[in-house]
Amino acid sequence: MNAQPFGFRSVRTAEAAALPIGALIASATAFGLIVAALGDDPFEVYRMIFVGGFGSWFSWENTLQRVAPLLLTALCAALPAQLGLAVIGGEGAFALGGLAAVEAAILASRAPAWLDIAAMLTAGMAAGALIVGAAGFLRAWRGVSETISSLLLNYLAIAVFNQLVEGPLRDSSDLNRASTFPVPEQAMIGTIGDSGLHWGLAVGLAACVGAWVVIFRTTTGFSMRIAGGNAQAARTVGIPVDRLIVGACTIGGAAAGLAGAIETAAVYERANNSLIAGYGFSGILISFIARHNPLLIIPAAILFGGIGASGGLIQRRLGLPDAAVTVLQGCTFLMVLMAETFRGRSLRDLVLGEARTS
Amino acid sequence: MLRSLNFSRRRLLQGSAAALAAPLIGVGPARAATPTVGFIYVGPKNDFGFNQSHAEAVALLRKAKPDVKYLEEEKVPETSAAEKTMESMIKLDGASLLFLTSFGYFDPYMLRVAQKYPNVQFRHQGLLWNPDKNPKNTGSYFGYIGDAIYVCGVAAAKASKTRKLGFVAAKPIPAVLRSINSFLLGARSVDPSLTVQVIFTGDWSVPSKEAEATNALADAGVDCVNCHIDDLKVVLGVADQRNMFSFGLNTDQSTLAPKGYVTGALYAWDKIYGEFIDDLAAGKPLPNLLKGSFAEGFVRMGPFGAAATPEIKDAVKLAAAELTSGQRKIFTGPLKDNKGAEVLAAGQSVAAADPTLGKMNYLLDGVIGSIP
Repeated sequence: MNAQPFGFRSVRTAEAAALPIGALIASATAFGLIVAALGDDPFEVYRMIFVGGFGSWFSWENTLQRVAPLLLTALCAALPAQLGLAVIGGEGAFALGGLAAVEAAILASRAPAWLDIAAMLTAGMAAGALIVGAAGFLRAWRGVSETISSLLLNYLAIAVFNQLVEGPLRDSSDLNRASTFPVPEQAMIGTIGDSGLHWGLAVGLAACVGAWVVIFRTTTGFSMRIAGGNAQAARTVGIPVDRLIVGACTIGGAAAGLAGAIETAAVYERANNSLIAGYGFSGILISFIARHNPLLIIPAAILFGGIGASGGLIQRRLGLPDAAVTVLQGCTFLMVLMAETFRGRSLRDLVLGEARTS
Repeated sequence: MLRSLNFSRRRLLQGSAAALAAPLIGVGPARAATPTVGFIYVGPKNDFGFNQSHAEAVALLRKAKPDVKYLEEEKVPETSAAEKTMESMIKLDGASLLFLTSFGYFDPYMLRVAQKYPNVQFRHQGLLWNPDKNPKNTGSYFGYIGDAIYVCGVAAAKASKTRKLGFVAAKPIPAVLRSINSFLLGARSVDPSLTVQVIFTGDWSVPSKEAEATNALADAGVDCVNCHIDDLKVVLGVADQRNMFSFGLNTDQSTLAPKGYVTGALYAWDKIYGEFIDDLAAGKPLPNLLKGSFAEGFVRMGPFGAAATPEIKDAVKLAAAELTSGQRKIFTGPLKDNKGAEVLAAGQSVAAADPTLGKMNYLLDGVIGSIP
């Protein structure tokens, strides 16, 4: 970084707050204009988003239930991102994690409940770790683009998933829909107290905090960020960049696999194609909005979950199509990414067109 | 001007608190005298297929029974999001009756929500409801669409010049196998020498394979194509290009094949929903199970397309009338499957609602093709 003008720290803090808030205002405005162009009242839509996503405890439950898996699938993108890697294999890891978890829980169903649950979660993590870790390994070993390989591995994972669920692992008592046998009763993950929220939310929050500590408070995390800044320089000073790449991808994949395992054991009860509902891909967007900072993933996921949760109310009360909330999520994503390009530039620079190189 | 902007901090806090609270007022459950009914669809409301058939029924009901409040939500995935949609309709909009139109909502999502809200009624499309196991406030409704597909078979037998019929099918599940077999039986009721060639695409919506399958049927000399898939646009479009006669499913699709469309097999959801809603409005207990065919008015034939000649129209009307009166029975022995095993002995006959038909796992003799 170049020398900065006075008040460097406070300017940076103000900027860190102003950019995302400005981006949110801009996306809300853009979305409002689209709504107005369709002949609806944008303020009524904003009100419904608030009511549907955050207006009551029920709305919060609805939002937070969507947040639980997103926290973990966002980590699948955020951890490798510290090393400058763009991994998009979360969707496949989520599905295979769910499938592996069901099968492990069935195999271990004679063990005590705690052991059954442990086996189930471990199997989910292992399946996710395997598939995203493979993309990391190919990157470290042969320099294969992890973006392309993890994208393609998604298709592979989903094809394997479908083949197993429709073939050898299918519960043949249901003729109409291919599903596995259910997770044994003892291994089902329950809710937190009387709320409608399952323990996956707590696991996701803990994982985000844990990932933040590792990245910003340990030497390993420091090494990761150095390698992300300049891999060549990191190698020169003896940082094991390749090991970090494989490790970050493996742990990221394990997080997405864990998300699949928890959702299956808490919500779906069986593995079937409902698991492939886009949680893995949404996690990537959230990681980008959070600038790959694990702590910021939490508010970003809540924002996304809340917008998603309000989709039903917007349809029913205002007659807008389901795509309306998807458009708002898309606007938000674009605006946040655009706002990033303003980072480190003062208003004067922007007006005069002098981009400061940093 | 300046003065008016000079809020004290307290005033500002009060104001913003009021602004935040304002939306909360008037969004509580609107549990008034008007019965509120919710409909949940898995796909878009304008899919030219199954979801649209429900949305069209709701549009008819909005006109016919305007005293009821109707809630609709489309593209609700078969995940926990479905549970939240049900709860949102109950808690935020005061719904007292919910219709779940897609198969995968039943277990575990609808069953879980139904247990949580014993005063709300849940009805699920299909025949999954089990009176011994499932909560009393749940139930099923279904129309035997196969009977209407049988009538399409009658029309195809009248229309075909090459004497070869074809069928594009999604997955080999009992409901789809029943559609194929019904189409064959309808055709054979006119001409026992007719055959139906079937091609399975493997999934509910794979446009490339659907186009391929329709072309393959045309190349094999088939001139009448029917299908059981989600979205019929591709099959009907290709059928028109290849100068084939075509048939619709779920909604009126005659505009998709302006040349070759004959008729279609339609659900009459408005009739089924109307019966439930009348009971609800009258304060009567709702039936758990409503199922039926032509006689109950739960299925019907679609409008005729350009390819329907007067002779075809008469045959369709006659067959539908005979099914309505019970004079004609579709599944009447002797019937063999296309591997030679006996399905129904001579002289035996089963009604549309017979549970064995719901477990169908065979293709009848006369269907060319096998279950993958």
